[in-house]
Amino acid sequence: MTMEFSEHIKTANVDDVVLKLPLRPALKGTLCVTAHHLVFSERKEEGSYQLLLLLRSVDAIEKSVENLLGYPQYPSAGPGQRMTGLSGSSGTIVIKCKDLRILQFDIPGMEECLNVASSIEALSSLESVTELYPFFHRPRELSLSEPWGLSSPQQQYAQTERLWDRWRLSKVNRNFSVCMSYPRTVIVPCAIDDITLAKAASFRQGGRFPVLCYYHRSNGMVIMRSSQPMTGANRKRCREDELLLQAAIDESEMGYIIDTRSAQQAQQARMAGGGFESKAFYHHWRRLHRHLERGKVLQESLIKLVEACGDPSQNMDRWLSKLENSKWLSHVHSALSTAGLVAECVERDGHSVLVHGFEGTDTTLLVTSLAQLILDPASRTFRGFLQLLEREWVQAGHPFRQRCAHSAHSHARLRQECPAFLLLLDATWQLGRQFPLALEFSEVLLLRLAQDAYASDYGTFLCSSEQERCALQVKENTHCLFQFLLRREEREKYVNPLYEATDLAIWPSVHPQSLQLWTGLFLRWTEYAQTMDEAREEIWTIVKERKETDRPKGCAHTTLSRHDSFTNVENLMDELTVL
Amino acid sequence: MLHLDFVEQVKLLDRFNNKTTTGTLYLTATHLIFVESNVPGAHEIWILHHHIASVEKLSLTTSGCPLLIQCRNFRVVHFVVPRERDCHDVYSSLLRLLRPVSYDELYAFSYNPKQNEQQREVGWQLIDLTAEFERLGLPCDQWQLSDVNRDYKVCETYPRDLYVPITASKPIIVGSSKFRSKGRFPVLTYFYQEKKAAVCRCSQPLSGFSARCLEDEHMLQAISKANHNSRFVYVMDTRPKLNALANRAAGKGYENEDNYSNIRFQFVGIENIHVMRASLQKLLEVVGTRSLSVNDYLLGLESSGWLRHIKAIVDAAIFLTKAVTVEGASVLVHCSDGWDRTAQVCALGALLMDPYYRTLKGFMVLIEKEWISFGHKFADRCDQLDGDPREVSPVFTQFLDCVWQLMEQFPQAFEFSEWFLIQLHEHVHSCQFGNFLGNSQRQREELQLKDRTYSLWAHLLSEQHNYLNPVYSPSFAERHPVLEPSTQPWNFKFWRNMYHQFDRTMHPRQSILKHTLTLKESNSKLEDTAHTLQAKLQTLGVSTSPLELHSWSREHRLPPRPQSLILGAPLSRKEAQQEEEVLGEEALEDAPDGNGGERTVEGSSATENGYGELQSSFSSKNEPAMVSLEFGVARMTC
Repeated sequence: MTMEFSEHIKTANVDDVVLKLPLRPALKGTLCVTAHHLVFSERKEEGSYQLLLLLRSVDAIEKSVENLLGYPQYPSAGPGQRMTGLSGSSGTIVIKCKDLRILQFDIPGMEECLNVASSIEALSSLESVTELYPFFHRPRELSLSEPWGLSSPQQQYAQTERLWDRWRLSKVNRNFSVCMSYPRTVIVPCAIDDITLAKAASFRQGGRFPVLCYYHRSNGMVIMRSSQPMTGANRKRCREDELLLQAAIDESEMGYIIDTRSAQQAQQARMAGGGFESKAFYHHWRRLHRHLERGKVLQESLIKLVEACGDPSQNMDRWLSKLENSKWLSHVHSALSTAGLVAECVERDGHSVLVHGFEGTDTTLLVTSLAQLILDPASRTFRGFLQLLEREWVQAGHPFRQRCAHSAHSHARLRQECPAFLLLLDATWQLGRQFPLALEFSEVLLLRLAQDAYASDYGTFLCSSEQERCALQVKENTHCLFQFLLRREEREKYVNPLYEATDLAIWPSVHPQSLQLWTGLFLRWTEYAQTMDEAREEIWTIVKERKETDRPKGCAHTTLSRHDSFTNVENLMDELTVL
Repeated sequence: MLHLDFVEQVKLLDRFNNKTTTGTLYLTATHLIFVESNVPGAHEIWILHHHIASVEKLSLTTSGCPLLIQCRNFRVVHFVVPRERDCHDVYSSLLRLLRPVSYDELYAFSYNPKQNEQQREVGWQLIDLTAEFERLGLPCDQWQLSDVNRDYKVCETYPRDLYVPITASKPIIVGSSKFRSKGRFPVLTYFYQEKKAAVCRCSQPLSGFSARCLEDEHMLQAISKANHNSRFVYVMDTRPKLNALANRAAGKGYENEDNYSNIRFQFVGIENIHVMRASLQKLLEVVGTRSLSVNDYLLGLESSGWLRHIKAIVDAAIFLTKAVTVEGASVLVHCSDGWDRTAQVCALGALLMDPYYRTLKGFMVLIEKEWISFGHKFADRCDQLDGDPREVSPVFTQFLDCVWQLMEQFPQAFEFSEWFLIQLHEHVHSCQFGNFLGNSQRQREELQLKDRTYSLWAHLLSEQHNYLNPVYSPSFAERHPVLEPSTQPWNFKFWRNMYHQFDRTMHPRQSILKHTLTLKESNSKLEDTAHTLQAKLQTLGVSTSPLELHSWSREHRLPPRPQSLILGAPLSRKEAQQEEEVLGEEALEDAPDGNGGERTVEGSSATENGYGELQSSFSSKNEPAMVSLEFGVARMTC
């Protein structure tokens, strides 16, 4: 442990701490604060409970202390009752985690309690990325020399042969000088050289010029994404940007620009230097506006929803009104229907699409990645989904560091927090509910990702851009979550037993009646879901039994599959009948 | 009697998008049938006249005369008939057909599933309530079978056989019945053997502001004394207190704790049939809105109060269950007349307490007992005959909804799936079988239903494999004999598969239930095949060592499915079956069983017809420049 960490730890160990977890009886044991974890071990010989909590996952902490000897606040309570064997003062710490779990520790000794609380406060909000746990996480079974990440634009390009005649890989951003939040390589139209790209980039907010993110094999249409054009109040234009978009489609074709802002917002953006593609200059593009909320509005929506889920009142009307008031399901609805619109433009109408909003780092990515899930069977596999997240969120520069700094419990002043990624996971979950056979991964993976995006042992969701990751040498010094999840023994936990690949697009129903609250996430710690788990187990059993009948048997004396052996017996039967 | 047999070129409009289908409308004596024209594998809709709740002729449009039909099974169809005259003919014929005035006009009396008399009789004997009370350990040293109502003299809406405490003499019973609304005195309906605690039911006492009845007080005393585990008996008045108070002015009311020794009185607060009717109506209005926003949906769900009512019933059942199973106390449940809320709460409570009722057969027994025999007024509530609209109320639907909520919380606890509930709901309104006709047992006997109609239970049992829950676990029932559901509000959900059962675009495009059921069946079919083949080989004296059959044989095997069924959702199966009835054999080929009998969901199966169905459900436009979409009407700017 380095000096900096130990400075924060005034009391490392406290005995006789009582831990209260949701849906569990209280436990008594020892609490220990380390540089990155809170460790609680139950004081019991056998089968004792251990809790290892990553300090980074603490969203908010509440403490209360009472000194019973000095200030008898409860005169009615008999002394024997309240102070058995303790020094007379005690405290309580309530920890609200980013994964929405709430823990309570009753700590004997006021000073110990305050010390522990201040350690947690300090260590859970370390500013420097390289001080975070992923830089220290060194499990025996993983080696830092293993590959980091699953895919890259180069790979995507190399694997899609049909891209080659029209699209090229550009290294214009090799030093991150053209766009700080883009990766080093991007896929752009062949007809546009790097100089033109650089000029177009200067016309887009944050340099995020239009790049390809999806190629639809069946008709060659593409999805591109960017940030808003900086037309400003006096309707500036940029020939290079216009050329770039024109080069993405044929002369005769038409493309759609799906703007994730309302028309009014887009107009107003001009006052702040932003803007939209004017019809006059982008002849072959039609703009459609679909308003998706972002930033603070989304964050507040999440906070309200989580608050509603923690409401102990059993009142039906109150629950429905709070659920409505949070607007979370409306956001899920907008995300899915806008993604459906993009997918429909591509698949049904046969047009290429450019998606952007303001910065192109939040709602834009939400829409492009959901559209790909709807359209692309490859992105619905376990690996394919992780690759999609890597391309469309990690490499595409979703600012995880700011957006996921806090989740729903923090009282800290909101800055850049926004649960756009959670919204993606929720919308993906809805797709999985509507197409229970179409996704190779299960809800468990989505829950794991929701947890790791906010606090993780792995480096995948650290930082906000590839540039930052390079500067801090994240890939050299942390393990990759996606690689880890794909290891055989991990993978098993996250796959969907019912998966059956389909090449077709999966069009979600966006009727409000078809959307559901993702109880697995939002009520994960509130409700006892054992009955659900058991049912899931049973489905697994049925499916495995089925698979067994399809798989060749490992038996020593026969290598026939059961189907084969049936056929065999049937043949034998036929012969016998003939005889 | 009919002016016409069929109308051609009728348009069917989808109520949630712009999709229209053109076809021919046929009117038969029992059904209204729409057949899509000029399409191979044409889509057909069969609507039983009894299912039609209302027919509305809307004002004439350029394309024709619109006819809006709302059904009791939540189907809503919107036809446009090209000629006004034809439309009026259909309309007036339907009006005549869907308002039967006598029982003889009901479908059940003409329905003939090609069974002989003996099969019909066997069908009616499948569910036996005497056996059910025997199963509960009755009669016993504290409870006896009373013959006081043998001739329906004491209470004409009760069954003949009633179980009462041994200490309740005939004068006490008769006296008590005179003090209870409609003569419905306290009788046993469920017996929890472990604690010797009884669930009894009755109607409200005629207490007014101060009236007393010593026999009635004795009756409750007798119920209390029959249970040595508890010194008191709970009296659950399932009404809101205000309603009960208001009833006092009419000479009715509730038990005064001062007059009855050893009772604990409790109001539960379930609203009356009028509130429930309005609530469901409001709910259906909300969810039937086109382009409904998420916020309006949630607000509408709240303002309809439907889920609040569902929760109130479940809460009451939980209270009942806890009193019986935890405290070991007997409970007397009543409402006003003791045939609506009382039936809901007693039935749901029994379902929580006794795993037997969570099996397919047990659930039938439960409905036969709590609903049919104790005189839930199915004829009035389900509007079987042209009657008082104020008597119609979705009380039984609500009960099924509550059961579904429990199934959602305990996926392994029920032997049957939600299809079974939906099918039950279908037939409670179809009047195709005799079981639910009429308002009481006495009336059913007068109608000679057992001789003139068929039993639904036999029909459902004959195709029970379609209603099984693939993840049902008998061992779950052993571990959780009593269910303890959570009553957190988020556990109460809108039952889309019920209220939108005919709105295909709204459903999950693939069904876990269907898929696992298919898998499980095909597993067991493989086993069966293996066993049969092995047996055959053995009789022929051939060794079968390489098969190792024992290694995968499972305890609970499904019966092989009959070949004649269409493998499909209840909807298509039902329609297919009706088709069979009406058109005879020709309509149905045996469904090829193919790869272990894969079920196809409407627009769901990725393997068979793909999403062609789905695609067509999206209004895909041909003009390339316009995008008009399910995902909202695209609006062009600049």
